[in-house]
Amino acid sequence: MLVLLVIHAAVALIAPALVRAIGGRGLYLVALAPAGAAVWAAAHIGRTATETVEWIPQLGLSLAFRLDTLSWLLVLLVGGVGALVLAYCAHYVGDRGEQARHAGLLVAFAGTMLGLVLADDLLLLYVFWELTSVLSYLLIASDPGRRVARRAAMQALLVTTLGGLAMLVGIVMLGAGTGTHRWSELAQSPPAGTWGTVAVVLILAGALAKSAILPFGAWLPAAMAAPTPVSAYLHAAAMVKAGVFLVALLAPAFAGVLAWQLLTVGAGLATLIFAGLAALRQHDLKLLLAYGTVSQLGLLVAVLGAGTRAAALAGLTLVLAHALFKSALFLTVGAVDHATGTRDLRKLSGLGRRLPMLAVAATLAAASMAGAPPLLGFLGKEALFAAFATGEPADTAALIAMVLGATLTVGYSLRFLWGAFGTKPGVVPVEHPHAPGPGLLAAPVLLSAAGLAGGLAARPIESALEPYPLMLDGVGVHLALWHGLSLPLGLTVLALAGGYGVFRLTRDRVKSEKISAGAWVYEQALRGVDRLAVELTGATQRGSLPGYLGVILIVLVVIAGTVLAVGAPWPTEFRVWDTPLQAVAGVAIIAAAIGAVRAQRRLAAFVLAGAAGYAVSMLFILHGAPDLALTQALVETAGIVMAVLVLRRLPAKFSERPLRASRRWRIVLGVSVGLAAAGMAFVTSGGRTATPVSERFADLSVSYGGGSNIVNVILVDIRAWDTMGEISVLVVAATGVASLIFQRTSALRRRAETPAPKRALAAWTGKEDSVIMQVVTRLIFHTIVLFSIYLLLSGHNAPGGGFAGGLVAALALTVRYLAGGRRELNRAAPVDAGVVLGTGLLIAVGTGVGAMLLGGQVLQTAIVDIHVPLLGDLHVATSTIFDVGVYLIVVGLILDILRSLGAEPQPSVTEETSETQEQDREKVTA
Amino acid sequence: MTPNLVYIVLVGVLFAAGVVLLLERSLTRILIGVILLGHGANVLILGGGRAGGTPIVGTVPTEDMSDPLPQAMILTAIVITLAVTAFLLALAYRSRDISGHDEVQDDVEDRRIVVLAERDAMPLTDDQDQDAA
Repeated sequence: MLVLLVIHAAVALIAPALVRAIGGRGLYLVALAPAGAAVWAAAHIGRTATETVEWIPQLGLSLAFRLDTLSWLLVLLVGGVGALVLAYCAHYVGDRGEQARHAGLLVAFAGTMLGLVLADDLLLLYVFWELTSVLSYLLIASDPGRRVARRAAMQALLVTTLGGLAMLVGIVMLGAGTGTHRWSELAQSPPAGTWGTVAVVLILAGALAKSAILPFGAWLPAAMAAPTPVSAYLHAAAMVKAGVFLVALLAPAFAGVLAWQLLTVGAGLATLIFAGLAALRQHDLKLLLAYGTVSQLGLLVAVLGAGTRAAALAGLTLVLAHALFKSALFLTVGAVDHATGTRDLRKLSGLGRRLPMLAVAATLAAASMAGAPPLLGFLGKEALFAAFATGEPADTAALIAMVLGATLTVGYSLRFLWGAFGTKPGVVPVEHPHAPGPGLLAAPVLLSAAGLAGGLAARPIESALEPYPLMLDGVGVHLALWHGLSLPLGLTVLALAGGYGVFRLTRDRVKSEKISAGAWVYEQALRGVDRLAVELTGATQRGSLPGYLGVILIVLVVIAGTVLAVGAPWPTEFRVWDTPLQAVAGVAIIAAAIGAVRAQRRLAAFVLAGAAGYAVSMLFILHGAPDLALTQALVETAGIVMAVLVLRRLPAKFSERPLRASRRWRIVLGVSVGLAAAGMAFVTSGGRTATPVSERFADLSVSYGGGSNIVNVILVDIRAWDTMGEISVLVVAATGVASLIFQRTSALRRRAETPAPKRALAAWTGKEDSVIMQVVTRLIFHTIVLFSIYLLLSGHNAPGGGFAGGLVAALALTVRYLAGGRRELNRAAPVDAGVVLGTGLLIAVGTGVGAMLLGGQVLQTAIVDIHVPLLGDLHVATSTIFDVGVYLIVVGLILDILRSLGAEPQPSVTEETSETQEQDREKVTA
Repeated sequence: MTPNLVYIVLVGVLFAAGVVLLLERSLTRILIGVILLGHGANVLILGGGRAGGTPIVGTVPTEDMSDPLPQAMILTAIVITLAVTAFLLALAYRSRDISGHDEVQDDVEDRRIVVLAERDAMPLTDDQDQDAA
């Protein structure tokens, strides 16, 4: 069975190219795929088969297929009708591109339908189910230029997918309730009680939506915007049968549930009547058939949902009959449209005499639809009436509705024949129809003939379908053309006679142009969702950054505050400080922070924030964290330099914000967050009772990391992945900074040469650059760089490391830049910042990968002892190399920032020329 | 472990000051708010570990050392804050370049939807008639 699906998938892929290459005849070749499926089914008559391929065993998903009577019937229909429709397409109007598109999509659809009816795993079934929705969307919107087609396609997709989602929930519930998604296992012990009822109702929602049963009926008539062959296949024979199929599949297990009976039989019969009435008002032949289809689908769902043995046989026979006659009639409409250019029964007259062959085929099909002997439809109707003529009150009520429905069916069958082929007084007869060739006639004639042959072959059909009804309880019926003078025969005669009367009464009625109720509901629902989305988005997304942040912070305060107030274990003891000096640093931090908030000048605010940072680094020293103190102090220094580079472009003072209310609101929120954070800090630090994991780090860092500075070993070994992530962030940030300043890639490449504003320090102070300053910085530059390398290499055993070392080197460069501008910077570091960043990342990653290639874990440290003559033994840990990468990335980041933020704003394109000249003038020969 | 009151107070003040600045419109102030929040978070983490001697093996007995793990985390955080500072500064720079100031404006797309909501109007979609919207 999997082979069939794979063949369809492959053919679907090559079909468009094939049809483009050799034209419409290619469709005959393409049709071989579904024809093969039909032949395969014919060869498997009366047999069952299973096939299972593991798919995702961890999730219990498998490609499980099984063939039984029900799926056998549908494979036959999907394959047979599919092949005929594809052959019909070869002669239907449409250019080669359209045919190619249809060929691929129709074969893909046929394969998907096969998968749907053969799937044993319900989740697999669901996958195919949704695929048919998607393919139907694509096929309905065959002409995307037409708004009607787009809307119809979207409506079909939305309605069927909505049902499909409900169905998915139902399937998951079934699986959760029983532990399996395989229907063959589920059917043995379906979940009972409320759980099972809810699950099956959800699944039914999907089935009813797919088969256009009320209240989901509106999408199917709208889908008639699709080309007629597509309608014949998807909306008569195949896709809409998926819902019917699912009802038939589940009926043996769930027919006893009351909700099931109400939904299938109740909604089905209501659909039968209402859609039948609607069909009698149509003047578009295709819409007439569409409403007829909705009506018939209602009947099928009702019959198969009833779940008795007799009804099941009648239902399957009707499924077969319906597929044959309805696709034949749709293809007839296509031929009529092709011949005359219209489908409006008010304009067609006298066509029966002009196209006798088509008329005969259509008459046979319509007679089957009406349930007239000796056709297959008659066999089904007779069995149906017999199945419900039990005398039970519920059955009798259903029987009355069915006879009424059958009467309407006869009515619109006659309306169709009269409309398409009859001669109408007062209408100019069609004189010279563009006669359809044998290619267009073959499919409807064959399908109609099959309906006639089926009617004459009651016994073989019954024996082929029998295993399915035998799964159900109740008295069986037999298919036969002659049961004797019985009640069913009387009802058939009644329906035929009544139908003729209905036809005569309603013949001249046409639909009012009013929009139908179902379409109105759909339209309103869609508008409602759109409106809701606008209101909801408008209410929650006001577009203001402070607003969004405020919401997030309020949530923080409310949740953290509630937890702190209600359930937090507040510590009973605390200490004021470890040393009183902490309080001194603390006062400095608080003063600087409050000053930064109140500052009116940008530079003052930055300097105060920096002061807070320096005071924090003092706190680090008092805590016993010299590495932190060193890094923090260096970062503050670099931060102030960066700020100065940017602030020279911004106004010295912040613009005044006159809204006092908003200021008060911000302060209230800030204080609340502060209180919540302090409360969390109090509770969490007091709540630490477990032994810190870092107790073991002291030994580990010496024995495995090869260093005695534990913090550094944590960074480059124990938690080296953190550091790896961090340096990646640095590279990304540097790239971001450069791309914000240099918008064009060409400018980015030139960034090493981009002119700086005179000299940076000179620009800031307004004075000419100082020669003394330049000389001094050049004198101390190499010393600082040397010191930075010392910090890098000794960092494994003493305070320092890649970050601190890199920052020191970067500050050396910064000093050169401040003293002599870009020229001095280029002289000190004649490389592109991107190269430094890339090299650093390469070294860091290389160390990690190298350890892996040498058989260790990624980023594992090896300790190497090298004997160097004269100097003695060198004790090196490979993680130092990783630290070199970190060092280079920090240097690259600062270099990048100096060159980006230190550059003139990117000129607009018109200034490009003068810019280039200026650049040439300033060209440095470093 | 007993909480250190100085740290607790500092966390509170730094968070409060940071949030007040974060809710401003000027990108420069937002940036300073981020920096202060970073300091606050660092002190919070610092307070989660024991204070003591320098965590370098051989200088002080292991049991007298300060807890090294929070320190490694804070070190990472400090450097990331530097990167964030650089990026926000570049944003302010670019903003000044494009719009002449460094104020954070309301999101244009969001405001458009707010206007639609106030008018009780519909978004114009592809499938609607032009006059319906």
